[in-house]
Amino acid sequence: MRRRRYDKAAYYRDVRMVPYDLVKELALAMAGTLIVILILSAVLSSPDVPAVTIQSWSRSDPVDFVTTAAAELSGNSVSSGYGPPYNSNNGSTQTWGFFQPEVWAGVHQPVDSAGEFVMTPLQLSSGKNAALNTALSTYQSASGDQRAKWLTAYTNALGNATANANGTVTIASGDYGPVPVLMDDLLNLAQNGALDGLLLASAHFYQTDYTAPLLFMGDGGYLSGLAQDQALTGTQWGMMNETGRYPGQAWLWLYTMWYQVAPFNRDASHGFVGVSSSNADLGVIVVMGVLTLLLVLVPFIPGLRDLPRWIPIHRLIWRRYYDEKRSSRT
Amino acid sequence: MDQPAPYVHWGFILISLPNLVLIGVMLVLFALALVVPLPGHRKARVVEHSADPAVQPVAVPATATPDDPAGGWTNAVRRTIDRRLPLLELLPTRQPYYVGSWVYVFGVVTIAALVWVVLSGLVLAFEGPQWWHVSPQGHFVNSLHFWSVQMFFIFMVLHLWGQYWGAGWRDGRAQTWMIGVVIFAVSIVTAFTGYLAQQNFDSQWIAVNAKDAINASGSGVFFNPLNFGQMLGIHVMLLPILVTILVVVHVVQVRMRGVVRPLGAPPVTADPAPGVAQ
Repeated sequence: MRRRRYDKAAYYRDVRMVPYDLVKELALAMAGTLIVILILSAVLSSPDVPAVTIQSWSRSDPVDFVTTAAAELSGNSVSSGYGPPYNSNNGSTQTWGFFQPEVWAGVHQPVDSAGEFVMTPLQLSSGKNAALNTALSTYQSASGDQRAKWLTAYTNALGNATANANGTVTIASGDYGPVPVLMDDLLNLAQNGALDGLLLASAHFYQTDYTAPLLFMGDGGYLSGLAQDQALTGTQWGMMNETGRYPGQAWLWLYTMWYQVAPFNRDASHGFVGVSSSNADLGVIVVMGVLTLLLVLVPFIPGLRDLPRWIPIHRLIWRRYYDEKRSSRT
Repeated sequence: MDQPAPYVHWGFILISLPNLVLIGVMLVLFALALVVPLPGHRKARVVEHSADPAVQPVAVPATATPDDPAGGWTNAVRRTIDRRLPLLELLPTRQPYYVGSWVYVFGVVTIAALVWVVLSGLVLAFEGPQWWHVSPQGHFVNSLHFWSVQMFFIFMVLHLWGQYWGAGWRDGRAQTWMIGVVIFAVSIVTAFTGYLAQQNFDSQWIAVNAKDAINASGSGVFFNPLNFGQMLGIHVMLLPILVTILVVVHVVQVRMRGVVRPLGAPPVTADPAPGVAQ
């Protein structure tokens, strides 16, 4: 059946019309907003906390850097065991019953944490460094069990490591094999700034993908410590916050709120219908997806579409109309 | 302003003072818009609807003339445009007398802020992503971009509140409402990619923190927040074009259908296009 065309004239029949200047209204709105934006920009400026580099991280907290690098090498870091889209593990994979979009999507940006973050930069920079070359060949020719023993002992010792004034890290002596040489050289590379470039090194001249260095930094505690100081972490409603005293993405308040309430902030044993903090991201995205759909479909949902009639805020919006209607009755 | 912000902690709610102030300002603005009369509105000259050329149906030639053959694809497109997008409807000079609240101003202010968002963004795009970190002029343009985005969202949300409480989807305007909500959602993603493209600590942390939710949804395969180039391209090209197109469609829909009648107004005598009942 052919849909009848909307008849605006009929819609406004019996409605009094008043002059209206649309272009003038837009021009005034543009002028007004520009004045406000200029004043805010001139008086308050905008936030710009400098980015953290691998160099600044390794200089500010060398123990955290070495601990993270050792975890990458041993395969115990978050990114090593993350799962899709970086690798085929499942350490950070979130599922909800049969709903497993992360698994279905699969590995798309393969990341080999030990190779890309530690071994490849060391190999690329080894040159004529005899001690490093020996350590690399010793490590690579050792069995998996042997590597694990060295790294476990080294990682345990890092718990009591101290950072020296010259930026090096001192740990108790032990049987760590070639690991201390590898870590010392990686720390040296990082503190000299070379590792920032090496982590971006690829077969391409141009580089715009910071997946490797950001995953590496994210595995450490330094970046999250800075975020904690600026109230940017998830438990601090951080998604809607901004560095400094500036407003952030306040429009993410509802999305952020879900992470603060049950079941999204409960451990797996206290979850609800399979949702807990272990799959909170997936749960919150599903909830927000449903809520967004509800907002889109408000015109068709009884109750939601009736609220404006039940709560008479419209009587303020169309105050003049209702006043006239009332006075014409009396 | 670069010191850590004070925070208000109430129960499970933790909110920064700047965000609280922002939300407070929005609530005050909305309340003021509801109660403060629009200046000059009562003095507006009243004209009868029948004298309004903006709402008269447009005559479409149905038959061919020697100079203007009715057939052909070009004529079909022209007739469609004439029928659906007549200039008199797009740029009206009359409106119903009941359009007299600051609530009606929020939409046009949102568009004005969007214009400044786009213009300041164009300057930033031309100068490159590093410029504003090293140049005072660049930092100022970035500030214009930052605050125009804040203005855009503030007034878009106020516009949404106004339309919700006026049930603006009535009488065949459901599609207008739905596109408006989609604009809001796409704008959030656009702003998000902008935060990721800042090249500072904020974008680093947002990328590292947000990747888990994006990956959990399966979107990580085509939307990697750790990939600066991908985020910059999406932010300066794809999403702004999408937002602009959607805003144009939204505005055209508003202009073509006109402002919805007040809730409780008598039903129109000629039934408009099928839509959603009150």
